[in-house]
Amino acid sequence: MTEIGLGHYLTLGAVIFTIGIVGIFLNRKNIIVILMSIELILLAVNINLVSFSIYLNDLSGQVFTLFILTVAAAEAAIGLAIIVVYYRNSGTIRVEEIDKLKG
Amino acid sequence: MIAHAIFFYVFSLIAIVSAIMVTVSKNTVHSVFFLILDFISISCLFIMVGAEFLGMIMLIVYVGAVAVLFLFVVMMLNVAQQTNQWLLSQDSSGHIPIGLIISALIFFELIIVIGGWKYKPDIFISNNLSISNEISNTHSLGQILYTDYIHIFQISGMILLIAMIGAIVLTFRQREGVKKQSYIKQISRERSEGVEVLEVPSNKGVKIND
Repeated sequence: MTEIGLGHYLTLGAVIFTIGIVGIFLNRKNIIVILMSIELILLAVNINLVSFSIYLNDLSGQVFTLFILTVAAAEAAIGLAIIVVYYRNSGTIRVEEIDKLKG
Repeated sequence: MIAHAIFFYVFSLIAIVSAIMVTVSKNTVHSVFFLILDFISISCLFIMVGAEFLGMIMLIVYVGAVAVLFLFVVMMLNVAQQTNQWLLSQDSSGHIPIGLIISALIFFELIIVIGGWKYKPDIFISNNLSISNEISNTHSLGQILYTDYIHIFQISGMILLIAMIGAIVLTFRQREGVKKQSYIKQISRERSEGVEVLEVPSNKGVKIND
């Protein structure tokens, strides 16, 4: 219990990943919260990579975490820009009212 | 070792609770605040486990840039009043129990993978990029980031550039009815369209059509 190993960090990553999945599945109101859930999922992936990198004594996991950080920042910028444009055109970003694609 | 365990449990508890609050809180601004708290506690964990550079970069990039960007957009779009209550939503389309069941299944699969990974006898451990104790974490990351991973590094710079251009192009718009200075129109005016010479008869005046 007091010995914190790799399994503890991986469990923390799994818990945060699942919370992000739940946020995407069950959110029906606001699309910004869905983007925040995606950020949570990427954070869980970063936790996994960093803990593997530390406990397997290999530095490449931290390098890949750096690149995931880059991609997450780009994705947040593009996603928020799309949300702003959609709000300007249709006046709402509620998930249940976004049905222009008729999917 | 006891202190490490205590810090781990405190930070991970804060991280998990704030992650739950991100998804269930009714106000979107509160969600962004809990997202910031989540990032800060995870970066504390990174610093504690020995990845100082990544912890600091997560503080700078996520808390300083991404979360503030979220906050700007939330305040710009005026969605703070839109309630975010998926637990009490009126539409009974039945997606909530199915979503919860699938999420629980995903979680148990991840836990099973974590448990079973330990018993795999021959884990391949590469010692190409082993973490040394002589130089700091930032130093060793910089040594391999600019040599072994230089192409991926430059491609990630291109991704950031394209994301910046894309965000500008997406949100740029030409407003109608706003008076703007147009240099090409100004310098391409001819005398014939600007000035007109009229013969004015005395005691009558002229009518200027504008």
